[in-house]
Amino acid sequence: MIRLERRPQPSRAWTWATPPLAVLLTMIAGGALFAALGEDPLVAIRTIFWDPLFGDFASYSRPQLLIKAAPLILIATGLALGFRAGIWNIGAEGQYIMGALCAAATALAFYPMEARWLIFPLMILAGMAGGMIWALIPALLKVRFGTNEILVSLMLVYVAENLQSWMALGPLRNPDGMGFPGSRNLSQYASSANPELVAGTGAHWGVVAALLAVIAAQVLLSRHRLGFQIRLAGQSPRAAAFSGVRPGLLVVLCMGISGALAGMAGMFEIAGPSGRVSIDFNVGYGFTAIIVAFLGRLHPFGILLAGLLMALTYIGGEMASMALNLPAAAIQVFQGMLLFFLLAVDVLTAYRIRRTGEAAS
Amino acid sequence: MLGSIDPLLLLASLMVAATPILFAAIGELVVERAGVLNLGVEGMMITGAICGFIVAVQTGSPWIGFAAAALGGAVLAALFGLLTQYLLSNQVATGLALTLFGLGLASLLGQDWAGIRAPRVPDLPLGPLSDLPILGPVLFRHDPMVYLGLALCLAVWVVLTRTRAGLILRAVGENHDSAHALGYRVRAVRMAAILFGGACAGLGGAYLSLVRVPQWTDGITAGAGWIALAIVVFASWRPGRLVIGAYLFGGVAQLQLNLQAAGARVPVELLSMSPYLATILVLVLLSSGRAPGSLGRSFHAAR
Amino acid sequence: MTGPLLRLTGLTKAYPGVIANSGVSLDIAPGEIHALLGENGAGKSTLVKTIYGLVKPDEGTMEWRGAPYAPAEPSEARRTGVAMVFQHFSLFDALDVAENVALGMEDPPPMRALATRIREVSQAYGLPLDPARIVGDLSAGERQRVEIVRCLLQDPRLLIMDEPTSVLTPQEVAILFETLRKLKSEGTSILYISHKLEEIRTLCDTATILRGGRVVGSCIPGETTARAMAETMVGSALQAPERASRPEGPVALEVSDLTAASPRPFGTALREVALTIRAGEILGIAGVAGNGQDELLLALSGEMTTAPGTILMGGTDCSRAGPAARREAGLLCAPEERMGHAAAPDMSLTENAFLTGETRQRLSRRGFADWAGARAFAARVIEAFDVRTPGPGTAARALSGGNLQKFLIGREILQAPKVLVVNQPTWGVDAAAAAAIRQALLDLAAGGAAVIVVSQDLDELMEVSDRMAALTGGRLSAPVPAQGLTVERIGLMLGGAHDMEAAHAPAREGAA
Repeated sequence: MIRLERRPQPSRAWTWATPPLAVLLTMIAGGALFAALGEDPLVAIRTIFWDPLFGDFASYSRPQLLIKAAPLILIATGLALGFRAGIWNIGAEGQYIMGALCAAATALAFYPMEARWLIFPLMILAGMAGGMIWALIPALLKVRFGTNEILVSLMLVYVAENLQSWMALGPLRNPDGMGFPGSRNLSQYASSANPELVAGTGAHWGVVAALLAVIAAQVLLSRHRLGFQIRLAGQSPRAAAFSGVRPGLLVVLCMGISGALAGMAGMFEIAGPSGRVSIDFNVGYGFTAIIVAFLGRLHPFGILLAGLLMALTYIGGEMASMALNLPAAAIQVFQGMLLFFLLAVDVLTAYRIRRTGEAAS
Repeated sequence: MLGSIDPLLLLASLMVAATPILFAAIGELVVERAGVLNLGVEGMMITGAICGFIVAVQTGSPWIGFAAAALGGAVLAALFGLLTQYLLSNQVATGLALTLFGLGLASLLGQDWAGIRAPRVPDLPLGPLSDLPILGPVLFRHDPMVYLGLALCLAVWVVLTRTRAGLILRAVGENHDSAHALGYRVRAVRMAAILFGGACAGLGGAYLSLVRVPQWTDGITAGAGWIALAIVVFASWRPGRLVIGAYLFGGVAQLQLNLQAAGARVPVELLSMSPYLATILVLVLLSSGRAPGSLGRSFHAAR
Repeated sequence: MTGPLLRLTGLTKAYPGVIANSGVSLDIAPGEIHALLGENGAGKSTLVKTIYGLVKPDEGTMEWRGAPYAPAEPSEARRTGVAMVFQHFSLFDALDVAENVALGMEDPPPMRALATRIREVSQAYGLPLDPARIVGDLSAGERQRVEIVRCLLQDPRLLIMDEPTSVLTPQEVAILFETLRKLKSEGTSILYISHKLEEIRTLCDTATILRGGRVVGSCIPGETTARAMAETMVGSALQAPERASRPEGPVALEVSDLTAASPRPFGTALREVALTIRAGEILGIAGVAGNGQDELLLALSGEMTTAPGTILMGGTDCSRAGPAARREAGLLCAPEERMGHAAAPDMSLTENAFLTGETRQRLSRRGFADWAGARAFAARVIEAFDVRTPGPGTAARALSGGNLQKFLIGREILQAPKVLVVNQPTWGVDAAAAAAIRQALLDLAAGGAAVIVVSQDLDELMEVSDRMAALTGGRLSAPVPAQGLTVERIGLMLGGAHDMEAAHAPAREGAA
């Protein structure tokens, strides 16, 4: 018989070893999945994990890595703060949409004025404000009425998606678009564009913001009182109250910060890679970021690596669906599996596995 | 404009609209009464929806389809149970993973099944009852699953409040340490509840793809699983209130659809938001019940 | 009938790093009250869990009436005739009395019949209970009655009682003993676990003493002294704490008209609590758990704020201030529950030192934590209070109960509080650590701090307090000088035995 035995202290070695182990297990299980879909598993795995970086079309796909990783990292960093404190904002997708909508509306309000020094910063602020307000709704409801933030933040994703289609078809529709849904292209409007900063890297302002967010979060968690309070509240809410943490304030702060980061991610996306408000410009970064946050062990630098890895699976997934005709949904399953395996092997950090034979004396 | 909405038809379709949520919610209620929070309802529902749909189309029998849906939901739930009960993973994170995984899996399985019509689910012949004026069309001209859902709620209520099995389930959910000290198998009870919850969610999902829509489209559940979770909170973990909650939401969902069809002057998208906004509103106004004592906590028999 | 009812031979059970039981052998005769005596961590719980089928021994055998006995699970033990009253963890707050009883039975009758049986049995043994009441609303004494009645309904041959008197008032203890003697006269054996020696001397026929998982002695308690048993139990001579006489200082803390609802489900509301304590004084607050102790602590620590003007620190109102502001003012607290309330189990001792030390020890600058300072502070606590641990980097969870409690009390004492409030300071702590903690509290008061000790342990309170008050049902009695106070007198302050005497009278007549 096998039984689990709690370690007196979480194992440091396993804390770092579990994510790679989970990736490995996912590759094996994913390979089996691809084999079941009639593909050569090795080819599929290579297409997803290798070709985007070093394959024939790598010069096209490599810049995509940063483009896709930036929003994931930005959102996941914010989410991780809340998750650490036991505050479950799972509506980042909605906050991302609202950030994008607010930023786009701001830019379009000035169109066609040329004043990048004013409009671009204003868009960033509007994006952050949009995401933050959307996240503060569940936060304040939780503080005031004890409402479950998981459900409210998630419901608001559906509300945001509907708002987005309404905006794309109504108020923000391009008046010169000959009746097609969707707004003007913001990346072609000099005052609002979020261009590639260094040619060939894919790095835009969102990448810069993501890096800054990671560093700031790391400093916050390891050095600042607020970071300590976040960790304390997540581990032992009653000890946190005893220490003097105000749980309501923590909810508002964590939700507000994660919402603002998600909104910012939406802003950089709408002003750059995506370009315009359409009925479905969101591609699920807000949900994938949850996986990224866990895969990165809710640790800012871990999230940086996890974000890059997850971006790779996105690009690799696209390449696989083109080259191998692998369904796009397969990559979603793949990402879900990754999270499952991570949660499963996580048991090794807190517990030791022991074999107990029947007492043989 | 509002005159074009037939109130009888609205009431009748309300029962149909509520049924998927009712199934998923009653399953989750049992899970939560056992002290487990499974946020993967949406994922299990949509997996049930596609499993049920494929099998029903293949076999031509909706009933085999429903059975397959229950099985599909339960398999996914078993995964959740394995992780949370045996590998002691965080229930919130695992539930989210289940939803993300289920959405992907269903979309993968269903990619060649869009646009096909599901085999028809016949109404339950209730003879003279269905000919009653007003009550007949509203209450007695539905398919058997509508009544099965209600019967299931009644059965859960009876089991929870009147039987020893229900007492043990509640005890495990209330205080798993005490239950363990008395010698009850906490993990086994919870696994059983989790599997039941998964099967129910699967049935709810299949009701969407086989009756309510009735065809396969990607993302068919559109948050129904989350609404089911909200209804469990709204119901204060009591089966009776759960029925009321599910019908209330069925009503809102149906009314907004009818308003869309009737060509109300409000944009369609804004109408589509209403069930979600209503959920939030209800959560704010009515989340007063006391949750089971051990809800969401991992159980590990230390010694 | 000859021969023992239950014979244990060479029972051994090891957990990683700990040998809980090592070669334990003992006999329990039919109709005897057998005491199992030992300190916390001596292996008593593991032994009774083995008998009850919750733990499987690594080695050794058990015999029930001469036949091999190895219960795979509690239900098998219950079918054999073993019943157990737990110290903690076996009741369900949200369920009613009858449901709780049914859960502890193998084959409960239908609910209505069960309710009748509960009334009958509880009356017969002088333990009145209403089967329809929700257990979470019951007092600690009543909750224990539920456990006992649950056992009695199964006509046990062996009743195991784990520290049954720790939650009872002295009068309730007397009534419990009467019930146990009645059971004994009916032929039921009782395995009675305790570390209270006087109780054992008055009640038990034989005693087995455990230390470090081994049997270190057995005796007939009536024929030996409490001191001799204590020294066998602890393994060394015990020292009584020293107290210095102190001058009376100015008023340090004043609580008046403190009325507050409990923030927890099934908690006890505080009602018009008033107390005044001077610098250099120790005020003991006696009371059975669940009578508002936790709430009083929350109100004093600032985790729960109360109406303005109810709590004055050195004349300044701090009833609306949070925990950090109160620490700044010199009001420090040490809650009862170590893991998860006083300390975060998974955090290091350094982080746990920061948890309450941040304000007074100036461990942060403009919001940024000074971890080197926190580590130094933790190291000072470890050093000063002889905390056995590899170092400040160790997780709190890895420490034994006694060591962690020394760290947590030391953490507050080294911050030089003006007022220190401690709740159950030596609960679940070994005798040596308990003595050290009591001495530290006395020294703190001698140094001019005001100390409030909330405890269920009357002996402890008599040892350290200058004045004593009792907390019952959320009300605090007027404090009286501790000198010359008897246990009976405190018992009366604690409200006696609730409705029990009345119920016992007819039962006695019935038995006669």
